[in-house]
Amino acid sequence: MTRIARLLIASLLLAPAFAASAQSSGLEIDIIGGNAAALPIAVVPFAGSTGQTDIDDVIRADLARSGQFRTLDEAGLPERPSQGSEVAYPTWRMLKQDFLLVGRASPSGNGYRVEYELFDVAKQERLLGFALTAPENSMRDVAHQIADAVYQKILGVPGAFWTRIAYVTSSGLGRNSRYALMVADADGFAPRTVVNSTEPLMSPSWSPDGRRLAYVSFEGGNSAVYLQDIASGAREKVASFRGINGAPSFSPDGSRLAMTLSKGGNPDIYVMDLGSKRLTQATNHFGIDTEPTWTPDGGGLVFTSDRGGRPQLYQVGASGGSATRISFEGNYNASPSVSFDGKKIAVAQGNGNTYRIAMLDRSTGGARWSMLSPGSLDESPSFAPNAAMVLYAGREGRRGVLYAVSSDARVRQRLVLAEGDVREPAWSPYRTK
Amino acid sequence: MNVPAPRIARTLLVAALVCATAIGCSKKVKETPPGADTGTSDSGATTNPIVDTGPTRPGAYGPADLDSDACLRNRVVYFDLDQDALKPEFQAVMNCHAKYLRDRPSARLRLEGNADERGSREYNIGLGERRGNAVSSALQANGGSGSQLTVVSYGEERPVCNEGGEDCWSQNRRVELVYSAK
Repeated sequence: MTRIARLLIASLLLAPAFAASAQSSGLEIDIIGGNAAALPIAVVPFAGSTGQTDIDDVIRADLARSGQFRTLDEAGLPERPSQGSEVAYPTWRMLKQDFLLVGRASPSGNGYRVEYELFDVAKQERLLGFALTAPENSMRDVAHQIADAVYQKILGVPGAFWTRIAYVTSSGLGRNSRYALMVADADGFAPRTVVNSTEPLMSPSWSPDGRRLAYVSFEGGNSAVYLQDIASGAREKVASFRGINGAPSFSPDGSRLAMTLSKGGNPDIYVMDLGSKRLTQATNHFGIDTEPTWTPDGGGLVFTSDRGGRPQLYQVGASGGSATRISFEGNYNASPSVSFDGKKIAVAQGNGNTYRIAMLDRSTGGARWSMLSPGSLDESPSFAPNAAMVLYAGREGRRGVLYAVSSDARVRQRLVLAEGDVREPAWSPYRTK
Repeated sequence: MNVPAPRIARTLLVAALVCATAIGCSKKVKETPPGADTGTSDSGATTNPIVDTGPTRPGAYGPADLDSDACLRNRVVYFDLDQDALKPEFQAVMNCHAKYLRDRPSARLRLEGNADERGSREYNIGLGERRGNAVSSALQANGGSGSQLTVVSYGEERPVCNEGGEDCWSQNRRVELVYSAK
């Protein structure tokens, strides 16, 4: 065999391995801590092949990282039923499983038809039975949708597994830095670059339909706010005034964009009508007012201000008026993320050199605080659309990494980019089928 | 803010403009090699006659001084934690850069404000702007013109050190003086 031929064969053999590692090199997953009260569920390996994707693996990982479920190890399965007629309830009751998920796949067109059934072990009752057909490259989507259906059926709350995350990466220092705005599946798979730049990129914010991102780019020598369609890449610069153009946030109906502008001499909150591009000034104070986030009714904005000395949270009407302080615990509260029902606000809370993610729960009328992260330089919390988890950025040595923590703080998952610094995660809204 | 130009600066400006058109002044053009002006004289003369004539009196700064003058070579101002007040030790640096701006009205200076990595990124953008504004005010108080100055805040997005710890953070809490036109 000639040397060239051997090289060719070697590279052919390597090619698939390389493709596989490239696909998984985005974010690693790691579960820290656990929840004793989590519901035990057995996810039996699905019968039949779905190509590259192991559907039951993806479902198991989704359910486990939610903190609400404890999945049975695949090795500990005494039986592998793939449909209702094969389920022997006593087996699963003996294994102390509350729920059982089985399924099977068969080729269909250029993809697969995946059937699944969910059972309540104690009641010996089938809870769900559905079939999904999709192309091979959508099998992870299918898995996330099944996990969402299981989550909703058992907990009564929609799952947020079939969603995406946006985040910013950087590498290098000072003027040699490189920045990228990325979008990946909520479990960190399939990362892809939305924008690359040699100048800083910041503050991604999802449009409510999940199709666009608003973000800040310094590519023009100063900060500017851009809107970009994720699929087509088409983009529009909506704010590039003198001074700061920052912290964009879509209104719940997508028609307006709240942002921070310092064109008036210092940072204030403005609301832009995206149809007319007309600006309404919502705050007017000599302090730093920034990081506006909408209340779910679209009528108000929660924001960060140091008008009282140190950064704290305030709330103001979307068309202005007097602002009310809403955080009174901790000497530094910033970067608010408001839950879908407006009852919870996640923040970065600072105390000396320690910054942790804290959650303010206003659902009982009062203000109940809980800590979601251990610190010490945690920032940029972002609620999942069902508010069951919070994504945030922390530091590990010199690099930034992302974490997803359950809102009861019991399960924390680390999403590590292979290299460079990862920060400013933003959890997408629910996707539409 | 519209600061009236000091009388001496106006006088200098007039002198420089006169000089640019007068043959007798050509001997003061130090940095232009003979013959080099054939292709560039048009753009050079029309866009900014002052740039091409160089210093018009002893003691006035020229572009070369940015690299050689001990004071002008200082182009980073550092700040204390969460502070935007200019520390007294940087007063001399403010004085010489303000003088440079007075001596060279065509000079343009970008003041790039930065913060350390702790806390909220967008809040730190605000903090960086405050620091940039503090340097801008100090330069204007010493005779620089606001029209020569632009403040851009990078917050914590362009650190020069990412090791963590106060030594590192103190290097990142800074305003960089960047001449976009010398």
